[in-house]
Amino acid sequence: MRIVVLVKYVPDTDEIKIDPATGTMVREGIPGIINPLDLYAVEEALRLREDYGGEILALSMGPPAAEGALREALSMGVDRAVLLTDRRFAGSDTWATAHALSTAVRRLGDFDLVLCGERATDGETGQVGPEVGAMLGIPVVTYVSRIEEVCPVEGGAGRIRCERLTEEGYQLVETVLPALLTVVKEINEPRLPTFRGKLAARRAEIQRLTAGDLGLPPGETGLQGSPTRVVKVFYPSLARDTEMVCEPPERAVERILAFLEEHGLT
Amino acid sequence: MESYRGVWIVAEQWEGMLKPVSFELLARARGLANKLGEPLSAVLLGYNVHRVARELIYHGADRVYLVDHPSLAQFDPDPYADCLERLVREERPSIIVAAATTSGRTLMPILAARLHTGLTADCTELDIEEETGLLLQTRPAIGGNVMATIKTPCHRPQLATVRPRSCRPSPRDTSRNGEVVAKRYPDEVFASRFKLLGFRKLEGKVGVEEADVVVAAGKGIGSPSNLNWVYELAALLGGAVGASRAVVDLGWLSYPHQVGLSGKTVSPRLYIACGISGAIQHLAGMRGSELVIAINKDPRAQIFKVADLGVVGDLAEILPRLVQRLRELRGDAGGEGA
Repeated sequence: MRIVVLVKYVPDTDEIKIDPATGTMVREGIPGIINPLDLYAVEEALRLREDYGGEILALSMGPPAAEGALREALSMGVDRAVLLTDRRFAGSDTWATAHALSTAVRRLGDFDLVLCGERATDGETGQVGPEVGAMLGIPVVTYVSRIEEVCPVEGGAGRIRCERLTEEGYQLVETVLPALLTVVKEINEPRLPTFRGKLAARRAEIQRLTAGDLGLPPGETGLQGSPTRVVKVFYPSLARDTEMVCEPPERAVERILAFLEEHGLT
Repeated sequence: MESYRGVWIVAEQWEGMLKPVSFELLARARGLANKLGEPLSAVLLGYNVHRVARELIYHGADRVYLVDHPSLAQFDPDPYADCLERLVREERPSIIVAAATTSGRTLMPILAARLHTGLTADCTELDIEEETGLLLQTRPAIGGNVMATIKTPCHRPQLATVRPRSCRPSPRDTSRNGEVVAKRYPDEVFASRFKLLGFRKLEGKVGVEEADVVVAAGKGIGSPSNLNWVYELAALLGGAVGASRAVVDLGWLSYPHQVGLSGKTVSPRLYIACGISGAIQHLAGMRGSELVIAINKDPRAQIFKVADLGVVGDLAEILPRLVQRLRELRGDAGGEGA
């Protein structure tokens, strides 16, 4: 079975600090990590390889530093890694990102399964996975919480059965391979990389591909290839007329009770 | 591009009944349609749902595009995307707004990919730009405490999703008129590569989205043992317990409790934020609350900016006292004494 795992390099949000003077986010020097939700996709791929054999390819798009995310996937046990990196990819929205990734998946050979995290912790759109699946013309199964059975049969007769987590409950679905799955946290407990894995990941060679390598014309990549445009960035005014209470606990509690009373909430 | 006209919402149904989010979408989109002076239509995909189609008109739609077929009974990405794509190519709407639910978040990216157009997830504000008539889609931006406004200038339709419960549903008005357009499509439109084999309903629902009162815990509660007071307070107020992402990451509360951009969006009558600093991602999930009480040790905490009542103090002192006093009051109200 051949599995492609899509991973994203994201800023480590735990490390993000706010500049007290300007109230803006300090981005400089923030270390990057593999999108934490992609670890579940990597882990699931490793488990499927344990059960069914085969090869796992980790694929990412980003600046050269995004190699870091791929090395994390390699250290967990992924077989090889490919990074799409090119100035021409800069400013890609979800459509342009999915276009580049799906083009790469198609060029990198046959596959049975594409796995990705439910969303990335920075952009939080959750759109790239399903868009890649739609562009590849394969079934898209989102929010997968359990893979029940895989029958990887050569020649297009393969099937997969899994459960997806919806608002109302768990939907059990079966579909044909190849397919794209986005997975939720519930699906597994990602393993920690071993020392040997880390060593191997450090030495592993990561294949780099440019927009030109993928045969993508300038009009289809980066900002130029993106249907959406960010036209304004601003600080939200969320402010309400806040009544502040800085009193000893007894007085503070009485004020809370009075507030509840005033609004008919006691 | 000028040939694209009209604002659409994608209604959602469950077991043949309209989900409330459908009326929230109508509330959002009605204003957009009015500004543009164009009709507002709802797309309803399902099975045996013709009976409820008129409800969408009562709640603000001028027209309902109805596709009623057994293979649309449950959400299945294949026939859903095929039907919606076909409808869009036939009717050419300018804007489509859908819910950021598990089905909306699956259907809309597939549609965007197939139609080669832009899609903006989790918009907190939608508006029309006066000079151009373009949809202004505002959402919290990449990981930070900023908002970004996004446009889709040269592709149609302009697609956006909004979180359920991020606004109030439009009121029902049975005097409203509109037409229900039932669409019939050939069988291949309803073909699917999926087999839906079963459904297991979720048990032990936390219900933070439906609750009238949410008492939410942040890292500032200090230790998981203080969660007891949070639960007690929620119980006394008839509410549910919410959590900040930090608390979920620490494992103090489970993911279904999480309120914020990467969790649930809530708009209860009362939101009590206990020890929550107020990162923009969290605020995005609760700023629709009618009343907000924030309790935090740090007087500069961002959460106070969105609070109606801000209490600076130690939760370990305030929460037990508040619970005890509420119990006393309840006791008095019940005439049984404390």
